[in-house]
Amino acid sequence: MFGFGILSGLIAIPLLGVLFILVLQGDDEATLDNARWAALIASVVTFVLSLVAWGRFDVGTADFQLLESRAWLGGGLGYKLGVDGASMPFILLTTFLMPFCLASAWRAIHTRVKEFLICFLVLEAALIGIFSALDVVLFYLFFEGSLIPMFLIIGIWGGQRRIYASMKFFLYTLLGSLLMLLAIMKMYGVAGTTDIPTLLHTRFPVSMQYWLWLAFFASFAVKMPMWPVHTWLPDAHVEAPTAGSVVLAGILLKLGGYGFIRFSLPMFPEASHYFAPLVFALSVIAIVYTSLVALVQTDMKKLIAYSSVAHMGFVTMGLFTLTVQGIQGAIFLMISHGLVSGALFLCVGVVYDRMHTREIAAYGGLVERMPKYAAVMLFFTMANIGLPGTSGFVGEFLTMLAAFQVNTWVALLATLGTILSAAYALYLYRRVVFGMLEKASLRSILDLNAREIAILAPLVILTLYYGVHPQPILDASQATVDGMMKTLTAAAPHAATLKAASAAVAP
Amino acid sequence: MMYDLIVFLPLLGALIAGLFGRQIGHRNSEYVTTTLLSISCALAWIGFFRVGLGHGEEHKFILVPVANWFSVGELQVDWSLRIDTLTSVMLIVVTTVSTIVHSYSFGYMHDDPHRSRFFSYLSLFTFAMLMLVTSDNLVQMFFGWEGVGLASYLLIGFWYQRPTANAAAIKAFVVNRVGDFGFSLGIFLVFALTHSVSFEAVFAAMPAVVGHTYHAFGLDADAVTLACLLLFMGAMGKSAQFLLHTWLPDAMEGPTPVSALIHAATMVTAGVFMVARLSPIFELSPAAETFVIVIGGTTCFFAATIGLVQNDIKRVIAYSTCSQLGYMFVALGCGGYAVGIFHLFTHAFFKALLFLGAGSVIHAVGGEQDMRKMGGLRTKIPYTYWFMVIGSLALVGFPFTAGYYSKDAIIEVAYASSRGGAAYGWLTTTIAAGLTSFYSFRLLFMTFYGESRAVAAHEETNHNTHHEPSASHGAGSQHPGHEEETVSADVHTAGSAAARGHHGDDHAAGNLNDGAAASAHDAHGHDAHGHGAHGHGGEPHESPPIMLGPLVPLAFGAIFAGLLFHHLFIGSGMESFWGESLFYGAANHVIEDRENDPWFVGQLPLLMLIAGFVVAYYLYIARPGTAERWAEANRPLYRFLLNKWYFDELYDLVFVRPAFWLGRLFWHGGDEAIINRFGPDGVASSVLVTTDRVVKLQSGYVYQYAFVMMMGIAVIITYFLVWGAR
Repeated sequence: MFGFGILSGLIAIPLLGVLFILVLQGDDEATLDNARWAALIASVVTFVLSLVAWGRFDVGTADFQLLESRAWLGGGLGYKLGVDGASMPFILLTTFLMPFCLASAWRAIHTRVKEFLICFLVLEAALIGIFSALDVVLFYLFFEGSLIPMFLIIGIWGGQRRIYASMKFFLYTLLGSLLMLLAIMKMYGVAGTTDIPTLLHTRFPVSMQYWLWLAFFASFAVKMPMWPVHTWLPDAHVEAPTAGSVVLAGILLKLGGYGFIRFSLPMFPEASHYFAPLVFALSVIAIVYTSLVALVQTDMKKLIAYSSVAHMGFVTMGLFTLTVQGIQGAIFLMISHGLVSGALFLCVGVVYDRMHTREIAAYGGLVERMPKYAAVMLFFTMANIGLPGTSGFVGEFLTMLAAFQVNTWVALLATLGTILSAAYALYLYRRVVFGMLEKASLRSILDLNAREIAILAPLVILTLYYGVHPQPILDASQATVDGMMKTLTAAAPHAATLKAASAAVAP
Repeated sequence: MMYDLIVFLPLLGALIAGLFGRQIGHRNSEYVTTTLLSISCALAWIGFFRVGLGHGEEHKFILVPVANWFSVGELQVDWSLRIDTLTSVMLIVVTTVSTIVHSYSFGYMHDDPHRSRFFSYLSLFTFAMLMLVTSDNLVQMFFGWEGVGLASYLLIGFWYQRPTANAAAIKAFVVNRVGDFGFSLGIFLVFALTHSVSFEAVFAAMPAVVGHTYHAFGLDADAVTLACLLLFMGAMGKSAQFLLHTWLPDAMEGPTPVSALIHAATMVTAGVFMVARLSPIFELSPAAETFVIVIGGTTCFFAATIGLVQNDIKRVIAYSTCSQLGYMFVALGCGGYAVGIFHLFTHAFFKALLFLGAGSVIHAVGGEQDMRKMGGLRTKIPYTYWFMVIGSLALVGFPFTAGYYSKDAIIEVAYASSRGGAAYGWLTTTIAAGLTSFYSFRLLFMTFYGESRAVAAHEETNHNTHHEPSASHGAGSQHPGHEEETVSADVHTAGSAAARGHHGDDHAAGNLNDGAAASAHDAHGHDAHGHGAHGHGGEPHESPPIMLGPLVPLAFGAIFAGLLFHHLFIGSGMESFWGESLFYGAANHVIEDRENDPWFVGQLPLLMLIAGFVVAYYLYIARPGTAERWAEANRPLYRFLLNKWYFDELYDLVFVRPAFWLGRLFWHGGDEAIINRFGPDGVASSVLVTTDRVVKLQSGYVYQYAFVMMMGIAVIITYFLVWGAR
């Protein structure tokens, strides 16, 4: 393909879909259906192509693969793409979830349908770009670029307070991004290149690492989001349309975690060790604090949003244990959370489409009329709680196990979060699904239709499959994480003392 | 292959009934699940005789690898089935009771509109339990552990319209999660110490860790003791031991067959099984063993005292279960692992019999569970009466019944043991033997003897008056108006929360945790749901053969299980029977030592039995009405016991309400008042002021911000174009 590789193809196909939709004239229902189909087909083709890429991917090496590179912008910067074990799973997650988002919005979006579809396809291209960029400026462009469609999705197709929500979203991200931009410039100044593989082998002076780490941290912490910069997320989720929530929780929340894995940990290993306690503190606060907040929510989406913050707390905690179980667990947890939280938002969308309210109090006794829905919702509630046998368990377990080896208090508080998650998730389930069907408005509510089942069933299957057999994902990232561990171990502040600490069993 | 079938056939049944129940119909779902489980049960018995009576390594220990689960770094977790004598005993207990409960449910649930779902859950539960007992590593055990938690959540909350059932289901899951919290930390610590989670490797590596300290939670603790205590916390949750017991009585909200399966014979024994399975670790830590004895002894005494005054027939049996589990832990703590498991084995028979018999009683009197509304049923439901008598005799340890062999052995072991706390264990178990005798005979006398008190009761029920537990329920007792039956429970929950001086969304807190209050309000009439359409308002009537038939093997077990098996389990055949599946330290001969106990140790339980009987006879047969006078005379004590030592209220006050309070504080105070105000809102409001007039989105700021972002990107590109290209 004109000298471009498969990764460029992944970015290009959604954009081709955009072109097609732009060409379509008219606003009648037939045209809109064509646009919907075009978008869906584009995203499905992208997914298929990503499977081809996955087929060509060699899990045995830590090197970047499927490389492609061209000089760009005067030669100082490169258009360079490639994937490794840390990014490949996220690309698959992105291409997998996108068709579901589009399908879930099939009839839910009535206004500006074409623009909506364009936003999603642009977003998909940008997300794939983020995960495959091997040039830090290219990464930044995609990283920022992905905000615009998301921003528009919330701001245009959102709920009552969409302006407030999108503004909050914007302000937070802007702050983080600017600092990251400064750091990128500085890195370019020091290393003379923006090439990520080269930067990975550049040893920045430790004193400078601290500043660079903090600058990147500002951006990624907002994206995660970590406490206390998390308050944009509940509002964004509440206001976003269902499809927007799915992509927000499913993929956009992973950008921060991916950023830590791609930049903070391997490029600033000394700083990562230095700041790990800070991250631990923020992580466990996030886990306990937001779980408690989730307990008292009255809005379904807000509750799940807070639960997402808590889960991302497990991710950051796992990453900064700087152990193989922790990092692997964090990657796995992110993938799993992408499936599970995406599915939960889809579940909320199902009843929202029918009742047009997210108030928990407006529901109750749904199982009476919607047994299938009740079963699916229960499944994802359990996955969200981290029940063994669902994918939610493996990630949480690995990160907590890793945390225990590093700091028992952190593990204790994180494990406390698993009690709280059971409480808020079951409490939500009970109020929405169980009980008597007493509200007149619910008397005629219909169970899942064929389209909704088709959307949710694959997610159920994958969540279960990766719960029982998580090894494919773990294998995919194994070599990369092992490679990263070498860098991190070498950079451990006092290699000797740390070793003693890890074997803290003293007579 | 045989062992694969034992474990996975119930899963298959659960899937068929759960996914296709609607298509194949209720009747077929029942047949499919029950048949598959019967096969599994038959195979389990074959396995039991092969493993238990076989000799040589190849019979005594079988490892069936199933698949790799996950492996990261040093951590390697597999799916596999580990079959040894301990497991094979658990397999027969689980599958036998489960098969009987399945058959019994044919009759008991016969007019429930969700029968396929019910049978699916029963089979799912059985599968999870089987995974638990066959696990070869701690993580798979944890899988089964949480799996039974899920299944019990589903089964307790089976009647989802009932707020009390929902509250009880959540309570069961969350309290179990508290136990699991300890269990997981225990797994993490074991991994930190031994770099493995598989039993063989852990057992091999643990002795080397003895005497080492591990710095955890700010203190330097003895590594092995800490690991044992953390793991034991999981056992306390699952086996409803003191402090984590509060979920078990509320779990009686589920249909009665569930109580028999989960809350008597299987799920609650998981903790006992765990300690026995991990005996190679527990044997290394005398301190942890002492802790096990103290918790077990305390539970067996404390639960028995509560059982003395309860009026709900199922609750009496529930507390009895709690108490008997305490016995088992005393045995384990004293090092008598075989004795503890033996009691688990015999207890499964007679406790399941008691629960199913109680179900038959409830069925007979149209859903009533309050024993004060029964009485004189002996002649009306004679078969049920005899089953209950057999179960009760086995429970109190009447000579030559099942309980006689196992329970007395525990008391003897506790006396013989030289471990710290063993004397306490002996004292509490002996006293509890008397209490057990009293509440068991009280149950029989109140239910089956004397005059029928049913007529008055029926009227009362119709008026939806809340009897007993609620009337004494302290603060929340005065309910505002009695609405329609359907909403009354909700109103009460809200009402009681309000009565305690809460408001607004405190309702939430009330709902979530008020298992105690809520379930108490609604305690009777439970199974009325199952029989609503039944139309038997009149005379009590005997249950159909489909319900009585399954009780026969249980009654047989309750009488003969001890007589038949005590040689194998705790007698001369013990060593060859158990093989390597239970581990005894070099100095641990406690089971043999009990032969040397002084004579009174063996006779005391019998004496306690008689004493309990005499008191119960005096109070309820010879001088009816005495019990009420005694209760009146000792009002504070009576209330204390009746309200279960006020644990529910205490936990509500200490954990649940603060959690909701903190949640609101963090939300309104943290997120909204501080973070948002000084963060984004502060900035945003200043922006909003300047663009106040712009309200329309299309012409409004969204695009402006998008534009600003684009500008930012343009700036970067320019920067690199100009300064970057060298």
